[in-house]
Amino acid sequence: MAEVQTPISPHGIPPEGQPEHPESTTHPSFHHHFDDMEQQFEASHMGMWLFLVTEIMFFGGLFAAYTIYRSTYPEAFADTSRFMNLGLGAFNTAVLIGSSLTMALAVRSAQINQQKATVWFLIGTIILGSIFLGVKAVEYHHKWVEHLVPGANFQYEGPYAHQAQILFVFYFLMTGVHAAHMIIGVGLLSTLIWMAHRGRFSSEYFTWMEMTGLYWHFVDIVWIFLFPLLYLIGSRAPGGG
Amino acid sequence: MAHKVVPLKVYVSIFAALLVGTALTVGANFVHFGRFNLIIALLIAFTKASLVVLFFMHVKQSSPLTKVFVVSGMFWFCLLIAGTFADYASRDWLPALGAWENKPVLEQHGR
Repeated sequence: MAEVQTPISPHGIPPEGQPEHPESTTHPSFHHHFDDMEQQFEASHMGMWLFLVTEIMFFGGLFAAYTIYRSTYPEAFADTSRFMNLGLGAFNTAVLIGSSLTMALAVRSAQINQQKATVWFLIGTIILGSIFLGVKAVEYHHKWVEHLVPGANFQYEGPYAHQAQILFVFYFLMTGVHAAHMIIGVGLLSTLIWMAHRGRFSSEYFTWMEMTGLYWHFVDIVWIFLFPLLYLIGSRAPGGG
Repeated sequence: MAHKVVPLKVYVSIFAALLVGTALTVGANFVHFGRFNLIIALLIAFTKASLVVLFFMHVKQSSPLTKVFVVSGMFWFCLLIAGTFADYASRDWLPALGAWENKPVLEQHGR
């Protein structure tokens, strides 16, 4: 009796006792050094989370420094809240949460093979991200006009001028690094729109979509903490401190 | 591939919950809770962040290894804060014990 020949697949002969997944190893995006598409996705997923953990440490250093200075000069930090535009900050928080929703829906559309919806949700995410950056630019302009940018032209009424300047250093550093992440995110999204438009994603393969989504949501989380820590230091309660 | 597609309803509910959390944070800022203002703001922020991580970032349905990564990232961040604070908070507790600084301390204690 002639032995049945194992069909040749991109990853070679499957190990004994393991079922083959021919439908998941012939995909054009499949790399031959993985066992199957599932393992390939998991590897990318793991690498992305490892990168996000380094990002936690990167922003973590800034948050730790901020915490030390805030606990050293609590009154001065609370005093700066009168210069923070609560309305614009809250609006931007909502905009960014909305962009996270459209991003999540874009990934979901790719998972269920809705190519057009994927492209439209990605465009929506870019638009919301750009609105966020635009509002941020308006806020930076206000700070510039009000002489609240740390440096030679810094002017601050009240007894806490020096300590308040430290807060504004953190304000510009942390929101600036966050905005830089947003700009990189918009660049990634533009690439994704092109790829989605050309039909690169499907329920079989949407690694790029999921990884960019993870990045975008991470940047959203950073803002979720930045908003209360920079805009809401001092209570705005009438008659309260 | 064995990737579960999360129902649309879940994403929209999480989005709504995040907006409510934002409104609560802003609202709490107009009430005077003293030092609890910060604690309330941080609790709401942690809740919002957890919702994003679990549902938008799909950690709820991810492999145990991914969960370990997420928790270890937060754990190291806590170590960073705890270690830094332990240093800053305790700096004035004890006199520095360098040999050149010992003398005034001993004199202070009448020895």
